[in-house]
Parts: sequence; C-alpha cells; structure tokens
Amino acid sequence: MTTFFAILFYAAFAILVVGVGLKVAQYARTPAPLKIPTTPAPLTPAGAAFRVGREVALFESLFKANKPLWIFAMVFHLGLALVVVRHLRYFIDPVWAPIVWLQPFGIYGGMAMLAGLAALFVRRIVIQRIAYISGPSDYLMLALLLAIGASGMMMKMVAHTDIVAVKSFFLGLMVFDIRALPADPILAIHLFLVALLMLVFPFSKLLHAPGVFFSPTRNQADDPRERRHLAPWAAQLERERN
Amino acid sequence: MAADTKIPAMGDPAERAIPCLQPDAMAQSKPYVAAPAHNEPLGFPGELVPDWQEKGIARMGELLGKYKSLQVYMDICVKCGACTDKCHYFLGTGDPKNMPVARQDLFRSVYRRYFTPVGKALGAVGMGKLVGAREFTKEVLDEWFNYFHQCSQCRRCSVFCPYGIDTAEVSMAARDIMDNIGLGHKYANEIIGKVHKIGNNLGLPGPALIDNLEGLEEDLKDETGQDIRMPVDQEGAEILLVTPSADFFAEPHVLGLMGYAKVFHAAGTSWTLSTKATEAANFAMFIGNYEQMQKIAMRIREAALELGVKRIIFGECGHAWRVAYSFLNTLIGPMDFLDPRYPKPQHILEFTYDLIKRGGIKLDKSGNDGMVLTFHDSCNVARASRMGDFAGGQFVIPREVIKACVPKFVDMHADTIGEKTFCCGGGGGLLTDELMDVRIKGSAPRMEALNDVVKREGVTHMAAICAICKAQFTKVLPTYGFDREMIVSVHQLVSNAIVLGNND
Ligand code: HEM
Ligand code: HEM
Ligand code: SF4
Ligand code: SF4
Repeated sequence: MTTFFAILFYAAFAILVVGVGLKVAQYARTPAPLKIPTTPAPLTPAGAAFRVGREVALFESLFKANKPLWIFAMVFHLGLALVVVRHLRYFIDPVWAPIVWLQPFGIYGGMAMLAGLAALFVRRIVIQRIAYISGPSDYLMLALLLAIGASGMMMKMVAHTDIVAVKSFFLGLMVFDIRALPADPILAIHLFLVALLMLVFPFSKLLHAPGVFFSPTRNQADDPRERRHLAPWAAQLERERN
Repeated sequence: MAADTKIPAMGDPAERAIPCLQPDAMAQSKPYVAAPAHNEPLGFPGELVPDWQEKGIARMGELLGKYKSLQVYMDICVKCGACTDKCHYFLGTGDPKNMPVARQDLFRSVYRRYFTPVGKALGAVGMGKLVGAREFTKEVLDEWFNYFHQCSQCRRCSVFCPYGIDTAEVSMAARDIMDNIGLGHKYANEIIGKVHKIGNNLGLPGPALIDNLEGLEEDLKDETGQDIRMPVDQEGAEILLVTPSADFFAEPHVLGLMGYAKVFHAAGTSWTLSTKATEAANFAMFIGNYEQMQKIAMRIREAALELGVKRIIFGECGHAWRVAYSFLNTLIGPMDFLDPRYPKPQHILEFTYDLIKRGGIKLDKSGNDGMVLTFHDSCNVARASRMGDFAGGQFVIPREVIKACVPKFVDMHADTIGEKTFCCGGGGGLLTDELMDVRIKGSAPRMEALNDVVKREGVTHMAAICAICKAQFTKVLPTYGFDREMIVSVHQLVSNAIVLGNND
C-alpha cells in the first residue's frame, strides 16, 4: 500500500502542477484584444487588482446575484480553506505557529465544508434551473469532495489514524524516502480520493480557482480613452494594413 | 409571428417571478439567413460551406487563441447557476436555453469535445456526455443559429457571475464562427455591407443626407426663429459629430439630433457632420468580427483627418458608444491629431452636462411641462463603457441632464437600472422584424419596471440614449398597452428646455 500511494501521489502531484501550470501559462499568454471590463469598473490597474481580490475573498458578484448561494459558497470555501491550511502540518516541520493556533478550529472547518457541500448538492437537485444546467461531472465533483470530507471527519471523530506516521510518510515523499503509511482503510480512501481530486483538477471546472484571476471583465481597468490598448495580433494586423 | 406573441404578465418588479422552465419554447425563433449577396462583400463564404464542421472548429481554435475571455470562460464556469435568472430573454420566455450558462453551454459543449483532453478522449468513444462534450453536428449548429440570436450581448449576466463570465463574448465568437462558415445573419450582414458601400446603416447617400438636414434646418428656423445650422463636411470645424443614422430620420431620434444642434448653437461651438462618417453604429461588434469592426471605425478616423477637426463627439447610441469609448482608441488610435484637452472621443451628454455645470447653456423646465420622466440605462453604456471622469458617470450624467430639463424625474426599481439595467430586448443585432416575438418577450422585465413607476409615480415618458432602444420601444410599447411616443431622446428634452437667443 505504501508503494502504491507513493507512486500515486508522485503522479498526481506531477499532473496537478504541470496541468495547472500549462493552463495558467495559456491564460496568461492569450491576449485580450479589446477592453471589456464590466462597468462601472475601477479606473486604475491597482483598483482592478483590488476588484479581483474582492471577488476571490468575498465573492462580491455572487453576493449581488444570489444571497443563499453566496452563503453556501462561503461556508464551503471558507471551510475548505481552513481544512487545507490545517493540513499543512502534514507537510512542514516544524509547523508554523499560525497553523498551530488554527488546529482547534479544524473540526469546524470540516463541518462547514461538509455542510456547504451538502447544501450545494441539494440545491443542484431541487432547483429546476440548476438541475437543468448540471451534468454528471457537476454532481461527481461535489460527491468527490463530500467523500473526501466525510472520510477525513471519520478519521477525526470515529476511527483515528496514526497521524504522526502519516506526516512521516509525506515528509519522506518530499525527500524521496519512502516511509511506511499506516494500513488504515479510511485513510486509504481519504488519500485515494485526494489523489483523484488532484488528477482531475487541471481538466475540470476546478480551474475556476486560477482562472478567476484572468477574467478580463474583472481584471481590466477602465481607462481605454487614456491608454491605448493593443494586443500583439491586432498590432500585427495594423502593420500589415499600413 | 408577433401577432400571436403571448405577452408576459407585468407584476411587481421587487418580486419578479422566475419562470418555470419551458424547454424549447423558443426553439423556432431565428433570424433570416444571409444570402451570398450579404456575405460575400464582407469576405465571408456566400453560403454554408460543405466542410463547415472542420472549418468551424478551426475558426473556434483561432478565436480561442486570440481572445483571453473566450479561452478562460470556456474553462472556468462552475455551473453555479447565479446567472440563470438574470437574462431578460429567459425571464420573458422561460426557455432554459436562454439562461446565460445554458447559452454558453451550446458553445462550451463543442469546445469540450474538440479542445479539451478529457472531452476528446471520452468523445472519441461516444461518452462525451459525461463531461458535457458534444459533436459539432448540424443540429448543434442550428441551435447555435437560433439561440445565439436570442442574446442581445447586453452583459447583464456578466455582472452577476462570480468570475464575470460574459455571455456576450461567447455569442460574438459563435456568430463570428458562423459567418466564417457561411451561415450569416442577414439583418446584420446586410447592414454592414451598406456601411462599407454607402457609409451608414440606412444606406443613405450623401446628397440625400444633405437634403434632409436642410429640411431640419428649416424646421428649426420655424420653431425657434433662429438660424440653427446642421453643417456637413465643414473643413476646419472644431467638432466632428458622429451619430447613428437613425438620428437623421426616425422619431424620436431626430428630435434628439435637433437637440444636439441647438446645444452646439447655444454654446457657439463650430461643428460638422461628415458624409463619410454618417454612422456611429458598428454592427460588426454584434457579429464579433474585429476586422469588420475596425474597417467601419476607420471611416471616422479618415473623416476627422480630412476635415481637420479637433474633437470627435458621439451622439446618443448605446453599442456605438461602447465601440467609441472602449474600442476606438484600440481600433483606430492613436488619435493624436485631436485636441488633447478633451476626451477622445467624447459623448454628447458629457458635452451638454459640462455646459450645464458651467452655466454655458440655459434651460427652462417649463419647456417640458407636464412630463414625468424616467430613464432607461442602455446596456452598452451602463455595463460596457463610461461617461465623465469617475466610475459610474454613465448613470449620473444622463440623469443630471434630464433633471435639469424636466419638472419631475423618478427612477425605476433599483434592480432594473444602473449596472443591473435590463436590455430593451432589441439589442445585439436583434432589431429585425422576424425576431419580433423574442423582442417583445425580452422587453418584459423593462416593461414591468416601467409599468410600476407609471402606476406609482405617474411617469409619462421614458428617456433613452440609444438608437436601438428607441426603435425597439417604439415598436414594443404599444404591445404592452403604452403609447409609442412615451419613449424620448434625452436631447429631445434638452431641445424642449433650452433657452436660445440674446446672441443675435
Ligand atoms: C481562488 C480560489 C477560489 C475561488 C475564488 C472560488 C470561488 C468559487 C465560487 C464563487 C463558486 C460559485 C459558488 C458555489 O457554487 O459555491 C465556486 C464553486 C465551486 N468551487 Fe470554488 N473557488 C476557489 C477555489 C476552489 C478550490 C481550491 C476548490 C476545490 C478543490 C473549489 C471547489 C469548488 C466547487 C466544487 C464548486 C462548485 C460548487 C457547486 O457545485 O455548486 N474552489 N468557487
Ligand atoms: C495529501 C493530502 C492529505 C492528507 C495526507 C490528508 C490526511 C488527513 C488526515 C490524516 C486526517 C485526520 C486528521 C485527524 O485525525 O486529526 C484528515 C482529515 C480531514 N481531511 Fe484530509 N488529507 C489530505 C487532503 C485533504 C483535502 C485536499 C481535503 C479537502 C478537500 C481534506 C479534507 C479533510 C477533512 C475535512 C478532514 C477532517 C477535518 C480535519 O481534520 O481538518 N483532506 N486528513
Ligand atoms: S448577454 Fe444579455 S442577452 Fe446575452 S445571455 Fe447575457 S443577459 Fe442574456
Ligand atoms: S454565474 Fe458564471 S460560473 Fe455561475 S453558472 Fe453562470 S456563467 Fe457559470
């Protein structure tokens, strides 16, 4: 089992990093030929960066759109963020002080994440419009995250695992030293699903996490009259004409 | 088709009902297909090419590489559904494919099939459905043609999407692809052809224009007793006015044009129209084609250079102002031949507002006695451009000008104005008779909000600053039981209120 997971995590990590890296490079490279911020928009690039920041941290537009959805989304993502930050203790040694302080809240993070996911799942089934736009992959994504959260909570509350050994396994992976992983079925499920999540990340809608930073309607400043905006291919077109 | 349109009920805009899904309610709605005579002058194939599927996919790939918006938006939609109840065409028709995300999915499903690793792999073994990938079949293409012409590119969905996904970008790309395989939209392509050939959407040649303007000068003389000019091709004038060609003829547009003339007259600024740039509108934006858009815009640069003007001012038109404000500098810049002290280009409302603030013109509200006004924010001004030097100036400036001209002004419900404004229902190249059904239904949210202020506040008129909005409302207002003359130009109000005289 140890070897299987070692290989799985090396592969998953490689695909995650390369896959997301390629996507980010593609987004960064593709030009935006026209100024299309959704107005009213900030007048300066700094203001536009702040706008993107608000979208990421506060889901500002979603708040305008739909309050119940905003609450579910916030509960899920904040829970997820807390859980992920708390998990850093498996990968760093010594553990940074702020992560230590956050440890007692982990359980709430896990619960929030699960509650948020459950609400999003129910919403997808019961609201006719949302059911219409949902495909198999949308349900599967929620199910996957629910299963990761549930298996994690099981370890936390019901069947504890040897987390010192888990940490040792992952610290070992990072220095290419394969150390034994506890042979614990729930842990195995948890880790297998996490690897699956990492594998699908670059090929799925989870790209919204890096993608939100590249959305031209949000990250462009409203200054077209002051500053001429010209994409390389448009400049090429201009040269050909002249 | 319009005759048997079922008019959606008008309720309280504060509690707008979200319709139940009515699949395929609008499956039959589509514009006329362009003939070779409309496509070929624009450099598009005359009719659907035999290898359209291959060509279409290739064009999609090209656009994905050229437009960051398209590439990013294809990937990042999480199907959260925040946009599903935001489109006026969905609200008016209940057709689920008019929900913005569903409209995008018509395109996204093809993207997934041919441009994503998982879609390619699963699609090859017939399991594309699992990840929402579809073959680009003739049925899919027909769906594109129907539903991407039920989007007015108003960007209301993009305000509410947590990532700002703009369905307008997707429908522009879809229309560009369809044009490139020979499946054009007759109304748009015919008009673009006229602009290339004659200079404006109406196909109005220079001499006819001059003739018409002379008539308007006479009308102005009769009305005011003063020699208010409508100069054409006047070299050395300070300002070139570029305005939608509807302003030369149709009511209430032309009353707005007379308003501009009075404002210039009262301000004592020299200005001119040009027989080369007789059109502010740029329908190439609607078909998402950069080259066509640039070619149309280039007429303005040429006219400005030939006439040696110092400033360019645009008349009241929504999408024209988007092209002018947001794109002109990109398309035909740098415009260093213009006076750097003024924005390049400027909106007529910025000009008039500035004069009002400085006391440069006098207004007498009694010229609009008995009128209670509300204002319809046009989508392209509201969500795709700006006026003035502060964010949101496009909402403040028109209202301030109206308030200075009329005895009473009230706004419609907050969810239907400003950045959340509803499209008139006829934007984005949909202003054609064969689409009357979807136009009427799409105007329902606006009509509901208008009805509300008519009932509560006694509103008598609604002002707009867009030629398409004005034309659309003139048509749809009667179907909702309102007077067609309820829709007015903002500069029509200025025209009624402006105090002329004492200068000759
Ligand atoms: C920059 C970081 C991120 C931002 C700004 C962000 C934002 C959002 C927003 C606004 C939504 C729509 C509302 C909703 O349905 O919850 C959403 C949905 C979602 N996010 Fe994120 N997210 C981020 C990172 C992540 C990560 C790292 C994951 C998972 C590993 C994730 C998983 C999801 C899922 C599964 C949904 C869809 C929920 C549903 O099916 O309704 N997000 N995200
Ligand atoms: C390689 C990465 C991961 C490892 C090694 C790991 C390991 C663990 C372990 C050992 C626990 C039990 C904690 C305890 O008993 O105190 C746990 C709990 C949990 N895990 Fe993970 N996990 C990983 C990734 C993730 C991810 C990506 C998520 C979320 C998407 C997640 C969600 C949870 C949750 C919600 C809990 C319960 C609450 C908590 O302890 O924070 N895990 N995980
Ligand atoms: S751009 Fe406007 S018309 Fe098009 S889908 Fe969005 S809301 Fe509807
Ligand atoms: S609001 Fe944006 S992310 Fe959500 S479903 Fe609509 S387009 Fe997709």
